[in-house]
Amino acid sequence: MNLNLTLKVWRQKGPADGGHFETYAAPNINDDMSFLEMLDVVNEELIAQGKEPIAFDHDCREGICGSCGFVINGRPHGPMKATTVCQLHMRNFHDGDAITIEPWRAAAFPVIKDLVVDRSTFDRIIGAGGFISAPTGAASDANLTLVPKATADLAFDAAACIGCGACVAGCPNGAAQLFTSAKVAHLNLLPQGQPERWSRVTSMVNTMEAYFGSCTNFRECEAVCPKEISIDFIAKMNRDFLQAKFRDRRKLVNAEAGEDAG
Amino acid sequence: MELDAHIPPGPIADKWDNHRFEMKLVAPQNRRKFDIIVVGTGLAGGSAAATLGEMGYNVKSFCFQDSPRRAHSIAAQGGINAAKNYKNDGDSVHRLFYDTIKGGDYRSREANVYRLAQISTQIIDQCVAQGVPFAREYGGLLDNRSFGGAQVSRTFYARGQTGQQLELGAYQALSRQIELGTVEMHPRTEMLDLVVSNGRAAGIVVRDLVTGEISSHSAHAVVLATGGYTNAFFLSTGAKGCNVTAIWRAHKKGAYFANPCYTQIHPTCIPVSGDYQSKLTLMSESLRNDGRVWASKTKGDRRKANEVPEGERDYFLERRYPAFGNLVPRDVASRAAKAVVDEGYGVGDLGNGVYLDFADAIHRLGRTTIEQRYGNLFDMYAKITGEDPYTVPMRIYPAPHYTMGGLWVDYNLMSNVPGLFVVGEANFSDHGANRLGASALMQGLADGYFVLPATITGDLAGQLNTQPLPTTDPCFQQAEAAVKEQINTFLTINGSRTPDWFHRKLGRTLWELCGMARNAAGLQQARKEIGALREEFWQDVRVLGEGESLNQSLEKAGRVADFFELGELICQDALAREESCGGHFREEHQTPEGEALRDDVNFAYVAAWEYAGKGELAKLHKEDLEFEYVHLAQRSYK
Repeated sequence: MNLNLTLKVWRQKGPADGGHFETYAAPNINDDMSFLEMLDVVNEELIAQGKEPIAFDHDCREGICGSCGFVINGRPHGPMKATTVCQLHMRNFHDGDAITIEPWRAAAFPVIKDLVVDRSTFDRIIGAGGFISAPTGAASDANLTLVPKATADLAFDAAACIGCGACVAGCPNGAAQLFTSAKVAHLNLLPQGQPERWSRVTSMVNTMEAYFGSCTNFRECEAVCPKEISIDFIAKMNRDFLQAKFRDRRKLVNAEAGEDAG
Repeated sequence: MELDAHIPPGPIADKWDNHRFEMKLVAPQNRRKFDIIVVGTGLAGGSAAATLGEMGYNVKSFCFQDSPRRAHSIAAQGGINAAKNYKNDGDSVHRLFYDTIKGGDYRSREANVYRLAQISTQIIDQCVAQGVPFAREYGGLLDNRSFGGAQVSRTFYARGQTGQQLELGAYQALSRQIELGTVEMHPRTEMLDLVVSNGRAAGIVVRDLVTGEISSHSAHAVVLATGGYTNAFFLSTGAKGCNVTAIWRAHKKGAYFANPCYTQIHPTCIPVSGDYQSKLTLMSESLRNDGRVWASKTKGDRRKANEVPEGERDYFLERRYPAFGNLVPRDVASRAAKAVVDEGYGVGDLGNGVYLDFADAIHRLGRTTIEQRYGNLFDMYAKITGEDPYTVPMRIYPAPHYTMGGLWVDYNLMSNVPGLFVVGEANFSDHGANRLGASALMQGLADGYFVLPATITGDLAGQLNTQPLPTTDPCFQQAEAAVKEQINTFLTINGSRTPDWFHRKLGRTLWELCGMARNAAGLQQARKEIGALREEFWQDVRVLGEGESLNQSLEKAGRVADFFELGELICQDALAREESCGGHFREEHQTPEGEALRDDVNFAYVAAWEYAGKGELAKLHKEDLEFEYVHLAQRSYK
């Protein structure tokens, strides 16, 4: 079935431009198309008319690289649960629909052009501690470290985050708790992650707070996450963060008493 | 130029150890005196940049994506092979070596493949230490599964997202080095030329994709880890941004391009649904464990699958290959599906696929079991097609997936241009004419974590206390000027067709005439068509906007221009290789049963092509392949 749609798209020439909405007709859209293929078709038509095509980030188009993402009718990644924009198909829309498309709106994600935003603050958070220090060559045999299946599975659930930024875009405060906690939980749950557990959570949370807003438990992040990352991980991060603070304090007390902080 | 692969002497099991001992080293306190450029941040590039940074070199890393975490290695589904023998089923380094050589249809280098098998076990150790959440058994030990082309369980996996987890492991190690200051990261930056001075790689010219600024970077060595070129076909399982530009422009500066015609077509992908199609999606090879492939025995049958009675179905893989059935290797399964569709037996509204049917498996094992095994793949299929694969058979068709060819490298992963190294899918070295499943991740990480960091010292040691060429040198200035001129040309042609339009046409020609089956007449026609289309492209392409800002049409135009030239070389290589092997099937060279027929007497060599100038035929250099440890045999799956 073919759809006739009206698109209201955010156009912004560059970071300094104020930006505005423009309206385009998208006629005869095959409903087997993905949302991005629909935009490809609209872009080809724009170029034919001598207008610059709509810029948007995308790469794998399989829902795993995390490049794509924008707000469709007020919802990050659009109306379908657990679905990135690239995996959203037009059969989920109706003939005659008006669709509003705008970039992630968050202070920490400045717009570069049209629907393209700068998410490099996510890389800063990972750099602050989202790793296990294991230089190449130093590893022992893989099966020396036993990891209970339940632990490995839960760590994987957290590690499934694709870093798309929908959680931040969906949050009224522009907070990055879900993204940060997913990486903290992935690494802090595993035995290999224990030596850096406390420094990791402290450093990552501090870096996150330098760029992003505060979490006030709206749970919008969880609702819009295309990988269904649970906000339980935020609770785990908060607990580890608090524990790290206590440990810091105990270290001081213990040091003064001449004891090992342990 | 004489091609010397620099394979170390001695027994195959000792070559790598001996070579590392013989190699000149760079002492830790001297490493900070060396600058190294690494282009690409997939498994090979990300792991290489992180490891070189850990060792103490000054590394500059570049990627076109907005973050190094997004390179297309992230989309790999199935797993990574390693000869751990954790399952006690007879696996060994030698068996992995043997399976890989055979799977590659005897067209890869023994010494490289043996080293790959040796290193495979270290990769798993390294990744587990980094916290990669591989699948576990209840006792806490690592789990394994089996994959095509092997009779042992040696594949480590993380659900259906193994590539994602390995890529994030490398990205996290890289992020640590970025914060420590050993690696300078340049995201949203595309390499547009290699600079060669006095026969040695001196640096690169790049474009900042946000500001459009053109700049040069020099170093003691340049490492290209920019992936494969399967997007030459336009429709492929590659990411939209995957391109050949970095290695193609290095090729034009003197690096030889090896075996470009070795392209892998993966049998189980979702068929094209319309002419707007932008990419193809893979359905994991593992599905063929429980799915049965069939088509109707009636030509042009448009009945729904469930309306075709059992007796009117042709389970053509089971019929043609009773011994291996639905689990024949990728190249064999792909060609069989193509033959069925070409003869008019294709299924679906467009008649462009075959069925992969789970009804028997669901009946035998129950829906729950199938859900547990393949639930995420079934969901993805349903999302894309709008059909429920639990009740209606999946429709599948082969699609371009991986490229075994790439820049020629020696045992040290150095190209014929001194100082230029090539790792991962971008080089040609380990998979011969056909790659086995779960071996791409293994090769990318072997190259990046272990091989390159060891071999690059041999080249760097000789340059101690030399300075990289300053970027004010005329070599860099000329290269920058050429890049700017090309950009300016694109912006001023002001033709009538978009870069995507040309790319689609190029892809269709390559797919039809140089895809799963090739013949001399078709390849000659393809060369002619591509040449004409390339001329038209340079006359009639339309790129709007400006060069000094984010301009995605401009990026595409540059990449498509290179795909045209590569496309002509692929056809030239396919035409010259008068045999069938692995992913390269020449219709003139087949057995009476229609299987690939190699010619080991005349074609057991690597074809390394030298660029000969615009519009000229490339010049062939041969590296003969010698087999001391594996007996060459005809593959049979009947």
